[in-house]
Amino acid sequence: MQDIIKSLHPLEREIIPLLKDGITSIELTIKSKRKEVEVMRALQWLENKKALKIKLELKEIIHLGELGKKYKTKGLPERRLLKELPKAMKDVKLPKAELNIAIGELKKRGIIELGKQIKIKNKPKEEFLEEKFLKTLPREIKNLQAQEKHAYENLKKRKDLIETKLEKIRTIELTTLGKKLTKQKIKTNMIEALTPKMIKSNAWKGKEFRHYDVEINVPKIQGGKRHFVKTASEYGKKVWLEMGFEEMTGPHLDSSFWVFDALFTAQDHPVRDLQDTFYIKSNSKLPKKELVNKVKQAHENGIKGSKGWQYKWDEKEAKKNVLRTHTTNLSARTLANLDKKDIPKKFFSLGRCYRNESLDWCHIFEFNQTEGIVIDPNANFKHLLGYLTQFAKKMGFPKVRFRPAHFPYTEPSVEGDVYDPIHKKWVEFIAAGVFRPEVVVPLLGEDIPVLAWGPGFDRIITSAYKIKDIRELYKNDIKQLKETKHWMR
Amino acid sequence: MPTVKLNKTVFEKLVGKKLPIEKLKDRISMLGTDLEDIEGNEITVEIFPNRPDMLSEQGFARAFSSFMGIKTGLRKYKVNKSKYEVNIDKSVKDIRPYTACAVVKNLKLNDEKIREIIQIQEKLHVTLLRNRKKGAIGIYPMEEIKFPIDYLALKPREIKFQPLESKKELNGLQILQQHPTGREYAYLLEGKKLYPIFRDANKEILSMPPIINSEKTGKVSEKTKEVFIEVSGFELETQKKCLNIIVTALADMGGTIHETKVKYEKPIITPNLEATKWDIDIKYINQRLGLNLTEKQMKTLLEKMGFDYEKGKVSVPAYRADIMHQVDFIEDIAIAYGYENFSPEIPNVSTIGKEDEFEIFKRKVSEILVGLQLLECETYNITNDQLQTKKMDCKISLIPLENSVSQEYNVLRAWVLPNMLQILEENKHYDYPQNLFTIGRVFKTNIENDRLAIVLCDSNANFTKIKQVLDYLMRMLDLKYKVTSTKHSSFIEGRTGRVTVKGKEVAYIGEVNPKVLKNFGLEFPVAALELNLSELF
Repeated sequence: MQDIIKSLHPLEREIIPLLKDGITSIELTIKSKRKEVEVMRALQWLENKKALKIKLELKEIIHLGELGKKYKTKGLPERRLLKELPKAMKDVKLPKAELNIAIGELKKRGIIELGKQIKIKNKPKEEFLEEKFLKTLPREIKNLQAQEKHAYENLKKRKDLIETKLEKIRTIELTTLGKKLTKQKIKTNMIEALTPKMIKSNAWKGKEFRHYDVEINVPKIQGGKRHFVKTASEYGKKVWLEMGFEEMTGPHLDSSFWVFDALFTAQDHPVRDLQDTFYIKSNSKLPKKELVNKVKQAHENGIKGSKGWQYKWDEKEAKKNVLRTHTTNLSARTLANLDKKDIPKKFFSLGRCYRNESLDWCHIFEFNQTEGIVIDPNANFKHLLGYLTQFAKKMGFPKVRFRPAHFPYTEPSVEGDVYDPIHKKWVEFIAAGVFRPEVVVPLLGEDIPVLAWGPGFDRIITSAYKIKDIRELYKNDIKQLKETKHWMR
Repeated sequence: MPTVKLNKTVFEKLVGKKLPIEKLKDRISMLGTDLEDIEGNEITVEIFPNRPDMLSEQGFARAFSSFMGIKTGLRKYKVNKSKYEVNIDKSVKDIRPYTACAVVKNLKLNDEKIREIIQIQEKLHVTLLRNRKKGAIGIYPMEEIKFPIDYLALKPREIKFQPLESKKELNGLQILQQHPTGREYAYLLEGKKLYPIFRDANKEILSMPPIINSEKTGKVSEKTKEVFIEVSGFELETQKKCLNIIVTALADMGGTIHETKVKYEKPIITPNLEATKWDIDIKYINQRLGLNLTEKQMKTLLEKMGFDYEKGKVSVPAYRADIMHQVDFIEDIAIAYGYENFSPEIPNVSTIGKEDEFEIFKRKVSEILVGLQLLECETYNITNDQLQTKKMDCKISLIPLENSVSQEYNVLRAWVLPNMLQILEENKHYDYPQNLFTIGRVFKTNIENDRLAIVLCDSNANFTKIKQVLDYLMRMLDLKYKVTSTKHSSFIEGRTGRVTVKGKEVAYIGEVNPKVLKNFGLEFPVAALELNLSELF
């Protein structure tokens, strides 16, 4: 009880002494001389403290009408006429309309007699029922006594004296706690806000601070925030960095040479079609002749034990500029520039890639890809699976399985599925493989194993944030940006 | 990736064994294909594009039964001697130079087998033949045609026959203009003065590749017992390979294969189903896989993938189109060994991780701005010219996409601010202030840069506020900057600044022109900054 008293807000303190069972919020508003919102707030708080219950009811309430309000102070016409009597009809000061009503009313009750003068026949001993009733308004129809009902029926027949309205009425029902509270003496000298002045003057000493309800909900605030795709990407980068990989960055707009040819993607491969890849009407210069010739050779008749694709490789195709369809253009550039003294080396990239697709809930023309390569003369297929297992685990997927796959520039190729414990199924997670010698030999000069893998990064993001429509990644809905949970891995 | 629909009864009969569905699913997936669906008697599988030989009940069952150890090793197919001849006319040399042909007899065709044959043909057209660009297949009932056959090219108007699914005779040009299949593939003959045809000894046209066969002579039916098959196109090797895939599938269907003499200047006999021999290096393979397989083990694994092995040499069946280097055996050996049987290993290799320094810089910039309660956005780099110029009331040169899919996304952006105003436009129903930033790529001829764009949008957003943000950012980055008054049509005159750092002009800063705000339907002022981070770094 004392704890509750200490936590009472000044408004609550004002209201409590006025409380009794059955009192309405309107009555409290009148009695407390506070605004209705303030009273309601105090009642709400007291209800949260379980001191009372606010009962909301729809009630039919009788109010004074326009004339009723006037007559409340001036008196009803019949009363005013009675005061003037006896008097000749022509001498009565009452306006004509009111006079008629007054005469009618008084005659009906047998109070007056009409002749040359209006005379009082039976002087009424007390107030009319109607007069009494008007003074009690507003009233609820339901609660009228028999006599009041009679008065109400009479008044209803007369114009604008009363009106009835359907109203929401909040009635207070006190709980045992509430009843006790109303009987308590409530201190009023508790400290509300601590002010700099109080701190300086020590005015707080010996006084008590009002206790707050610490459980109460507070209005929401929003902070500045990174975009959720960026936070997720940074997590992805962290995984690579922890595994000892060095970051590669580079052009989004690149020549077909680096995006396709250097990766042994035949020039008639469907991925190079206009329907799949964005082309730009400009050409790039090719890298140094020696490299171009080796790539050409790998495609046409093969290089180092390969028979190649067996077709005529066209330099013009290689010069065409495209928006990269994968970040592997960076891997190709990195291999071409690698100093063999530095091997073994590991690299990764994470960035925007493009494909010619119409936008809908599951297709997007810009997407994020991440991939890593390991250049290690002793690397083998088991190592690839080892790296993949480790990578998936760090990405939050402890269960992985491997299946054969096919990609044009890796052999052997592998697809890693991870187990989705929520949907209880395996989902495709990562594409991987060992670069074909036709890729490695021209770029690196010798047939060294290069392990490579990359997950579709957007899929990781959408599944982590339970996003169903991939367009939401770039929708920039401010509410969504503000409310998206922080990436916690 | 292509999918094929397999008749389960036919498939099981060819494999020689019935498997429970779960097992079938698992094994199919571990063979390197994907079981998409089993519905009733129909199995749908996805085939990787390097294995066109598996695009039929016969080819798939052949690979699967070897993999399951039911029927291992190299399958031998007999090519019977015959006198069938196809004459190659010089006129096709510059049009469509090559064809490989064969005859298959003893086919007992029914509806099901016809469906299978049509499927093989369609799937090979899409995959190995690159949607008929590299080649096209024609299959003809022997009952209707007379050998020798001529392969030649004629003027389009001189070519007259009734194509499949047409009620009347059309000439070459009409086929390309009027026939649905003709219209679909017309581009493949575009600009050619002569169109290629196959014509029999009765001067009856069999087909006009790669477009369509004749209704009269180029349609197999239940009555067909023997067929003539040709594959024509631009590289002889592809045509031969494709022919091998078809005839072996038809042989597995019960047919017998008969040779055809294709009379180029130097005549050749097709099909040639002799296995090719490849040298393999067992040590190299073991090294790449991280295994220690003996020669005998390797032989067993190769046989499970339909190869034979003897004394360092692998015999590769004539229908395999994917063997290019001995690494291609490595994958097959790994599949036969079972991907699930490899134990993943983390090698003991030490390397040092390193983040790109510019990436670090961009991250720091973002962190500084988040500290100022700004909200980061992510935007597309592909946008449209209207948004970049007209809506911004400015002129700027843009790089268009050659093949954009929509009007809304047809150029690479040259600046980022338009995207930010668009975001404000789309978020008008939310509370203000809306203070946003993004870092994104912009493209100019031969240059790509990463730029930062900031917008402050509120009833009292102004130049001072955006300059405060710039000032804070520069102080935190420990950079000295200078703002000089400039003009830019997207900004209000007299409230536009050019920011210089280390003598380089790196940014525009200012209050956005109300004309531009109107274009975006914005009701509050916007103070903005666009800063070239690549230049600043």
